[in-house]
Formats: sequence, C-alpha cells, structure tokens
Amino acid sequence: MSILGTRVLRTEDPGFLTTGGVYTDDVVDERLAGACHVFFVRSPIAHARIRSVDVSAALRAPGVSAAFTGADLAGLPLLAAPMPGMIDERMGQPLLARDVARFVGEPVAVVITDDPYQGEDAAELVDVDYDPLPPVIDLADAAGGEAGVLFPDADTNVAASFGDAAGLSSDLFDGCDVVVTRTIVNQRVAPAPMETRATAAVWGEDGRLTAWIPNQGAQGTRTALAEMLGIDPAGIRVITPDVGGAFGAKFGADPEHAVVCWVARRLGRAARWAETRNENLVAMTHGRAQRQTVTIGGGRDGTVAAYRLEILQDAGAYARFGAFLPALTILMAPGPYAFGRAEAVGKTVVTNTTPVGAYRGAGRPEATAAVERAIDLFAAEIGMDPADVRRKNLLPKFTEPHTTAFGAVYDSGDYPAALEKVLAAADYQSLREDQAKRRAAGDVVQLGIGMSCYVEITGPGMEAGGPRENATVEIHPDGSATILTGTSPHGQGHATVWAMLASDELGIPVDRITVKWGDTDLIPEGGGTGGSRSLQQGGAAVQQASRELIDVARQRAADELEANAADLVFDAGRSAFAVAGDPEASVPLARLAADERLFVRTVFTAPGPTFPFGAHVAVVGVDTETGKVVLRRVVAVEDAGTVVNPLLAEGQRHGGIAQGAAQAFLEEVIYDADGNPLTATFADYPFLSATEVPSFELADMATPTSYNPLGAKGIGEAGTIGSTPAVQNSIIDALAHLGVRHIDMPASPQRVWRALQSAPGAAVFSSTGAGSNESRDA
Amino acid sequence: MQVQLTVNGQARSDDVEPRLLLVHYLRQRCGLRAANVGCDTTSCGACTVLLNGRSVKSCTMLTVQAAGQDVTTAEGLAADGQLHPVQQAFRQEHGLQCGFCTPGMVMAAVGLLAENPHPTEAEVREGLEGNFCRCTGYHNIVRAVLAAADATAAGMTP
Repeated sequence: MSILGTRVLRTEDPGFLTTGGVYTDDVVDERLAGACHVFFVRSPIAHARIRSVDVSAALRAPGVSAAFTGADLAGLPLLAAPMPGMIDERMGQPLLARDVARFVGEPVAVVITDDPYQGEDAAELVDVDYDPLPPVIDLADAAGGEAGVLFPDADTNVAASFGDAAGLSSDLFDGCDVVVTRTIVNQRVAPAPMETRATAAVWGEDGRLTAWIPNQGAQGTRTALAEMLGIDPAGIRVITPDVGGAFGAKFGADPEHAVVCWVARRLGRAARWAETRNENLVAMTHGRAQRQTVTIGGGRDGTVAAYRLEILQDAGAYARFGAFLPALTILMAPGPYAFGRAEAVGKTVVTNTTPVGAYRGAGRPEATAAVERAIDLFAAEIGMDPADVRRKNLLPKFTEPHTTAFGAVYDSGDYPAALEKVLAAADYQSLREDQAKRRAAGDVVQLGIGMSCYVEITGPGMEAGGPRENATVEIHPDGSATILTGTSPHGQGHATVWAMLASDELGIPVDRITVKWGDTDLIPEGGGTGGSRSLQQGGAAVQQASRELIDVARQRAADELEANAADLVFDAGRSAFAVAGDPEASVPLARLAADERLFVRTVFTAPGPTFPFGAHVAVVGVDTETGKVVLRRVVAVEDAGTVVNPLLAEGQRHGGIAQGAAQAFLEEVIYDADGNPLTATFADYPFLSATEVPSFELADMATPTSYNPLGAKGIGEAGTIGSTPAVQNSIIDALAHLGVRHIDMPASPQRVWRALQSAPGAAVFSSTGAGSNESRDA
Repeated sequence: MQVQLTVNGQARSDDVEPRLLLVHYLRQRCGLRAANVGCDTTSCGACTVLLNGRSVKSCTMLTVQAAGQDVTTAEGLAADGQLHPVQQAFRQEHGLQCGFCTPGMVMAAVGLLAENPHPTEAEVREGLEGNFCRCTGYHNIVRAVLAAADATAAGMTP
C-alpha cells in the first residue's frame, strides 16, 4: 500500500520538541566566533529631512566598535522596486535612509558592539537632527498628492497603475434591477512570524560572503543581497537555518540583511543581528492594505450581471512587493463566479508608513474579501439568502481549463459542490432556524452566519516557460537516501513529505531519507516556498527525480544481473530490482550505488499554476450591547487536489483559517495622523491567542489537477483566503435584521457597537435587557 | 554578580550582569537555546520555562531572581531519550509547525497540566493564552494538551 495519503508523523519534530530548532540567532559556527552585533537606529518620525547624524557620543559608549550612517552606504544601490517597467523605479528603498526618512522604523544608522545589550544602550546616543516634513498617511490624500509627495523626483505618490480607471465602461450596469456600491477596507496587518528577522554574516578569505538568514528561499535571498550589495551572486553563499514562520514576509532580503553583510565586510569581522519584536512590527513588511470600491448589479432573481472592483493599494513608504499586489487581486477579481460582465482596476500609492509586502495569500485574500462582501451586499439589497445568491452565480463544474475575463486559466473546479458540502457540514438550515429564534426573541447575543466561496491561484511562478522546480535524489551504499530541494520549508514539513514521495517510489523508509534545502552552494537554483507552490512543483520534482533514478538504476541492475533491462521489475517492497519470473535474481538499489554514485537531478515544469477552491461557513455570537464578537465555528471545505499527508494538510488549513479570522475581527496595524505606529509591540498589536478561536471543522474534498502527476494543488494559503470574508460576513449577518449592511475589518467591539448605534433597527436594543435572559457569554 | 541556581538538574554558579535576563542567561551562558525570544513585552511566551515546576516567562525575570531555584527548560524535559508525554502528544497531534513557539508552548502545557491535570478545552485555551503561535491556529496544540492529559490519566508519568 502506498504511503501517500497517510498521516505520517513529522520526522523533524523530535528536534524541535527537545533541543528546539536551530534558528539564525541559535547558529553556532566557528566562522562566527567573535562576531560583533549590529543594532539599528530607526527613525521616530514618519517623514523628515535628515539634517545630520552624529554618532560621536555613541562611539564613546562601552563596547562600541563602530557606527555607520546612510552616508557611509551611499554608494550602494537601492532595494529596487519589483517588476521593472510596472512599478515606479524611483521609489526603491535605500539600505539606510540618506537625506529623508520616510516611515517610523526606517533604519537611519547602525551601531556595532561586542555585546547586544551594549548596542541597545549606545543606539540611544546617536544624535539625529530631523527636520519634519508633512506626513502622507491617508490613502486618498496620497493619491491626490494634496498632502505632498514622498519622492519629489517622481512628483507623484502613484507608484503603479493597473488598468485604466478612465476607461471603465459607463454602461457596465445597464439593465440591472439593482446596483449596490460600497467602499470597503482590507486593512493593513502584520505578518508577525514568531521568529523575527535576523542575520549572521561573515566574509571568507576568498572574498565570498556567507550569510545565515531566515528566508523562504535561499536562492532568492542571494539574488536580493547581491543586488543590494552590488556584487556578483556567485560571491554569496546563503544558508537557511530553521525558520520560525514567514507568511510571505521573509521572501528575498530586506535592507537590514544587506547592511549586516556590509558591516561584516567593512569591519573584517563576523556580524550578527536579531531584531526586537518592536522593530519587527514597524520595519518588517506589512500585508494587505487595500481600499476597495465594489459595485455589483443584477436582477432581483439573484443573478449578478456585472461586477466592478476598484483598488487603491497602500505600498507604504517604498515600492516593494506590496506595490504589485493589485495585479494579483485583479487577476482573481471575479473569483469562482460566472458574472456576465466584470471590470477591475487598481492604483498603488506610497505613504509614510511601513512598506507593504506579501502576506499569506498576497493579493488573493483581498480579491475574495471584495467579491464575497459584494455578493452579501447584493443579497441583502434584494432580500435573498446569500447562499442562494451564490448558488445562482457560481461557475458550474468544469473539467477542462476555464479561462476568465482577466486571463486566469482555472485548471479544474467544482465550486457548487464545495458550497453544498460546507453548507451541509455546517447544518446551515438549523443555523438559520436558531438565528430566527434569537431574532424573534430579541436576544442580546445574536447569531451570525457568514459564508464565502473562493478560488485562488497557487504556484504561479515568475519564470518564462511555466513554473518549475528542481530536485536531486541520491541513493547511498548504506541504503539511505538524500534529497536536495529548491523549496524551503518553514513549518510546512517538507522533510517528511518529500521523504514520503521518494519512499513511495524507491522503497526506502522515510526515516532513512534526509532532505536538504537552503544552502546556495549545495543547491544553487530554486524557487523557494511561497504562493503555495512547494508540493505541486517541488514535491512533483522529487517524485519525478525518484522515477528517473529508477530508470538510471535499471540499466545498472541489468548489467549487474546480466539480464535484459526490459526484463527487470523494480520491487519497492525490497528496494531492489529483480528479474521477472526469477525473484531470486535481484540487486538492491543500495548496491548499485556502491561502485558509482547513483543520483538524478531533474527539473519538473508545470503547464501553469493551479487554482484550489473551496467554501467556508463561519458562525459568530455578537453581543448587541457591547459589540463583542465571539467566533463560535468555522467550517471549511478546501479542495487542493490530491492530499499527500492529511495530517500536515490539515495543519496548514487550521493555521490559515486562524490567521484569516484574526484579520476579520482582531488584527490591524494602526497609525495616527502623523504616521506614528500605535501597534508597535505585542502588547498593542492584537495578535490572535488560543482563547479567541474555536477548534475548526474541516470537511474534505479533493479534485485532482492534471498539472502534475501528484494531482496536488497548493494548500498553504487556502484557509486565510476563505476565512476572512466568511467571518466578516457572519458578523454583519448577525446584525443584518437591524439594518446593518457593512462593518469594516477588524470588527472590533467599538466598530460593531458604532454600526449598531447608527443602524435603522438599533432602537430595538436601546431599552435595557431586551428580550431574553440568555447569557452574554456567547 | 555571582548567582547559583539549578538548571535541568545541574547546579551552576556564574558571574552575571545584574540586568541579564534569565532567557539570555540560558541561551548565552548555558547554551540552552530551546527557549526563544519572540517579543519584548511578556506577551508571546516563546521563552517559557519551569521555575520550581511552575511555568514562567524567562524574558521577564532577571537571572539573579532565579538564584537558589530550580529551572527546567525544554532540553531538560525528555528523560533517557524518551519524549515527555506532552512532547509526544505534540508530535502525535501535529501541534507544531515552524517550531519557534514550541519549547515555550510545551513548557506552558506542562505547567498547566501540573496545576490542572484534567482540563477542559476551554481551560486549555485559557491556560495557553499567554503563548502565541502563528502557524497552527492553536487547533492541534489544544488537541495535543488534551491528549497529553488523557495519556497521563491513563498511567503515564507526567
């Protein structure tokens, strides 16, 4: 029986559970002996001209060996904006601010000490003379340029435009019985991986840099470092230690990583940096940060005739990956629906806030949130059950690729089945009955039922000729095997799953297979882990390499057994070749590796990205007197094709659901009008805890893709994409009978309470103890 | 100043700066790097260790405050190469992904079960409120703690 599809426990766990992982700050290496520590001095002002930076007092502090400012690094290139030609390249980020600081938390200088505590002390002695400039914080102000511009050379805050807003059809909604439009906020959130950013760097006598950095793909990190340092990538070795979560925010490299490497070269001494959580919350890229205007129109029978999405994206102070997010949102704008007509345009602006980058889902949760909110707004307007509106408008099941109006090619899907499955699993009808009773009784705690349908894109790849990944599989004479992969796990469990894939082909036990990643000298090429690409491309490459290895070994076995290769059968149970009809005449793979190395490196190329889909139902209790939301249930159908290890796939789903739900009712990065971050510590940022979520209910559905032999699509971001709108919709649904149509995320008690106060039906609850004696503890 | 304490059963005596946090002492001086620093506000619990059997956040204690006391880190939990029932349950239930919160989460769970050997799901969630995890959504962590409680009730030594 195949090991694939079974709940194999992770091989990496014993280490994590006993000695703990070896994260960058844990790395002990003789090359790092005597390393100095780098501490960043960061701007406390959102927008200011830097008149001078005086490090003299800091240099006299105990343990300080050096200090550097933007002027010292002025010869280095900017961290370039992504997608040249699409994003304004004048809006790249300097490694240390030079003449102007553009967000609170921007690195301005570094102090170098023998001990990290000394760095924290000495950083306070760096005297920076700031001349404040008008901060540009509000998105609309930024777009109009009224509040000033961040980059005078560009003379605009617009970093990129996606589609022509002036070219939107004037007749898109002609013929609609009902048209609803609303501007909604997909708020800025912090990826906040538990491990903050870090670097350990040393330059060898050969002039090469070795850098340990927590990342999502050592090869991409090497490229980014090379660009920022202005050197040949061949001169850099990036090593990826264990990585304590990433969620999109550890792709490539940040200015701080490059500065630490630069310091190590300048001082001829190994250098280390481990950021504080405060630094992490103000200087690691944030996610989402879109203002969306949705317009939806159709008939009173529930048929949606037209949908329009207009996006205003906040890139933060510099154009990084966040500037590109509208492209992904637009690609997925109509989601799983068969709208008659759809349009989407976007514009990205810079503001004096932390730069925005990828965050779990990166552009697709924003698309789903917009369309799912629009569907509910439409359903409320025509007075139809939101489930019925979805039923009417979902694309029917398809088995041949379906091309959307936005150019996405959905590989396979059965969206109506996912919706019916989740409604059944949630017992939707009973929930509505329960809700009706509470409404009739006027309970203080009202029940909300929300849903979402989604389709997302995974494994998009950036390369021409189709998304791809490489893998090497080698058999050793002792019967063990090693896999080299271009993916880069940080919690996903590739060490276990890649071993399962090879084991299934080669008959070598999982615990005898070592999986290696994240060393650019060992594995020079690779796409890393992000966009939920790893299994469908990296895993497929491991399987392909294993199969090709059997072919290579077959010829050697034929020579060894003096038989015709065509007469040999591979017996995975014994990990050996045998002559057909004569099982005694056999040779194990291990022996074939004894005389000559037995390995295959291969590249798997997919025909394109895949499009996982699903549907969520969320159930909340909302206290109509206090606005407090209690998330009671999340039921999720997430179809990501064939599942290789259900235990790990479920783990991805749980984590995604929680992160998405947290955006709906808890998490938000907040700035005041001057650009001061008000959520710069874990005491202020409402990071989701165990008490704020229930256990989740997962229903399985697996529609294989034909785009890889495994039949697998990506699962890493599904939960985040589906749960945010389901939870948001459920909160609004709880108050729908009072006339509440929309509450922006996060639906904090204050926002919910305010929505109730201004709702037409709120008076019902203004008297005391209305209705029932039901406990407030929803 | 000189401080004497017991770490994972071993008596130690070290000269430390008075302001040295216990977590940094464990990581830098003892070479015990399972406990991690995940925040600077006593919020996340990645640094949780046991002090005389009760879970504490080692980022919020000075080393000198642990003088004369008994500190247990995740490294000191497994005995004779056998995972502790809580560690075993975390593996069995897939209660960890990236692993960064894990040593602290496990120690918090051990502390929780010492105080309340048969917690309900709600009690587990409340007991772990001070330990953050970004990967698991807490689902499998809660299952793991409940499973560890069951395993302990079934006769395994905590």
